[in-house]
Amino acid sequence: MGEPGTKDLLSLEELDASVAMRTGRKHTLSILVENKPGVLTRIAGLFARRGFNIDTLTVGPTDDERISRITLTLDGAVHPIDQVTKQLHKLVNVLKIRDLDPQDTVARELALFKVAVDGVQRAEVMQICEIFRGKVVDVTKRSLTIEVTGTTDKIEAFERMVRPFGLVEMMRTGEIAIARGRGET
Amino acid sequence: MRAVDAVMECLKAEGVEVVFGYPGGANLPTYDAFVDAGIKHVLVRHEQGGGHAAEGYAKATGKVGVCLATSGPGATNLVTAITNAMMDSTPVVFLTGQVRTELLGTDGFQEADMLGITMPIVKHSFLIQHPNEIPRAIHEAFHIARTGRPGPVVVDIPQDLSRAEIDYEPVTDVRLPGYQPTTEGNQKQIRQAAKALASARRPVIYAGGGVINADASEELTALVRADRFPVTCTLMGLGAYPAPDPQWLGMLGMHGTRAANYAIDEADLVCCIGARFDDRVTGKLSEFAPRAKFIHIDVDPAEISKNVPAHIPIVGDAKNVLTKLVAEYRALKPDPSRLEEWWQRIDAWRERHPLRYDDSDDREIKPQFMIEALYEATGGNAIVTSDVGQHQMWAAQYFHFTRPRQWINSGGLGTMGFGLPAAVGAQVGRPDETVICITGDGSVQMNIQELATCAQEGIPIKVFIMNNGYLGMVRQWQELFWDRRYSHVDMGQYPDFVKLAEAYGCTGLRFDDKTTLVDDMKGALALDGPVVVDVRVTQEENVFPMIAPGAPARDMVG
Repeated sequence: MGEPGTKDLLSLEELDASVAMRTGRKHTLSILVENKPGVLTRIAGLFARRGFNIDTLTVGPTDDERISRITLTLDGAVHPIDQVTKQLHKLVNVLKIRDLDPQDTVARELALFKVAVDGVQRAEVMQICEIFRGKVVDVTKRSLTIEVTGTTDKIEAFERMVRPFGLVEMMRTGEIAIARGRGET
Repeated sequence: MRAVDAVMECLKAEGVEVVFGYPGGANLPTYDAFVDAGIKHVLVRHEQGGGHAAEGYAKATGKVGVCLATSGPGATNLVTAITNAMMDSTPVVFLTGQVRTELLGTDGFQEADMLGITMPIVKHSFLIQHPNEIPRAIHEAFHIARTGRPGPVVVDIPQDLSRAEIDYEPVTDVRLPGYQPTTEGNQKQIRQAAKALASARRPVIYAGGGVINADASEELTALVRADRFPVTCTLMGLGAYPAPDPQWLGMLGMHGTRAANYAIDEADLVCCIGARFDDRVTGKLSEFAPRAKFIHIDVDPAEISKNVPAHIPIVGDAKNVLTKLVAEYRALKPDPSRLEEWWQRIDAWRERHPLRYDDSDDREIKPQFMIEALYEATGGNAIVTSDVGQHQMWAAQYFHFTRPRQWINSGGLGTMGFGLPAAVGAQVGRPDETVICITGDGSVQMNIQELATCAQEGIPIKVFIMNNGYLGMVRQWQELFWDRRYSHVDMGQYPDFVKLAEAYGCTGLRFDDKTTLVDDMKGALALDGPVVVDVRVTQEENVFPMIAPGAPARDMVG
């Protein structure tokens, strides 16, 4: 095949197309945006218009008050991620998008679990809580509220453990993620 | 100075010559500023007309169009025009009034959430929150509208903020860290593209409206003529390459020529420039150019590999990329004889399947004949705007466009009611040109109020209504695909367009005789002021050839 830098002609048969790929895995997009009116609506609307489902979404401040960070996760098995990121890049208030590689990323989520427990069960649930390095943040005669942080897998595992005791409700923040190593996310 | 006076200063600094608009409560301050600003303002009769006029102006001149409307209903009347500008990549800045900030979100009188309503249909939008932001927002709006892939930008200004006193200092820079369009084009990719073109034996160049937006018609022509490349254009691209011409295959797509569609179908390499593989072009996507590799040149990276996977993607401005591509291609000195077989095949299609219709043998005017007569009467020189429907397709087929910005129509959104106001805008932008609007008896009524604008302002457009008494394209589809069960497509002979034109202060004429049509049209074109011509044509005539919806290009019918 003709090298780009040479005058060799190109055999058309050897050209490969870059197709809008469905990667089949979960993607975490870390997006820096300007704090301007409607920026979150613009992003959410872009997903909605194309029928893309956002699995989790978190928004928070950065060290620069004019800029916020949005972390969102979506399923690469259903949606062509490159089309998503290209469309996001077209938004004027979007400064930077990083599709984080799960291998090189630390991702964490915070969850609060309210479990219905009485005397005997309380000790058992607190034991599970300890294993997961959770924190009891509220207690009544008939309930325990536990804070757990960790990866999505860990939080889901904890949920499976406490659900049989009577899970009253559960709140999850959605993931935030940061790139491993010295470099900026 | 008042913020609205600063708005006027910004418009002048952006080189704005004319604004199309309509006043109301929320933009009273802006209209007050017009009194002393010395910027031409065209008072339209409906905000949608103002939006399309600004588009027509932008399309005809290559400059940014400006449209002004008040809050609430004034602003929502712009929605179709904004969407149209988005779909056809037209640079227009829409300045809308908004209710006072204290009323925002309270369902105040004439309040509509324009930022929210227009979010999916703008390139970008600004809701002004502080009067000091106004000048910068205006300049950023112009910058965003005109650069990269052009598009509409909305600036929504609450009434109280527009009256506020600000310290105005001219803005000389724009700061948009999140907006940096790629214009140059990767040199290695361009070289790859040149090599692919040089080794292709059945290449086709497929050019779209992006070539016109980038003012790259000369560069496109240079590429086509760098070898004997066959070239076809999309509906939006007509005029980017001068037609007729030996290398010109005609338009491609649903009502394109057989030669163009068959050539794409059999091509081994398709070089797409500033087009986006719309469904009206591709027909059945999975069978579009099934043997071809694709070079895709576009300034918008999101278009590349959106519908058709690109083998050689090049993100950049068409003018830049084509200039480099021509140089790279020439350096390769390819052997032109490799294309001989391909041309034999194409010439055979052209000979066997020219655009044709059965002409009447009496005085009846066939719609295709009407377009040919207009082409002859204008000497092919006029700027032509059109509405949407059969007349649009026949105009695209039978009027040969030789230069960019000569053909202005609503392609992506397919907006009936676009043509007349677009002609108004085109004529205002190009006062020395003959501007004609080819429209239908259905379409023209969707913004016919702009005839009053023409009469009052002395805008001498010539409107030719292809009057078949039907919503012709819908009727055609009902005939072909719905067992001829005509449902609500008969428009009757209403209104009397001659009387209506006269009521609006324009000249009204009616032509129904083929034998004198060309001379009659010349007469109409020679008249001063705006003219409306009701041309009575064959009632039930179909646009052919045609790729049936969802069918592959090689199965064209008619």
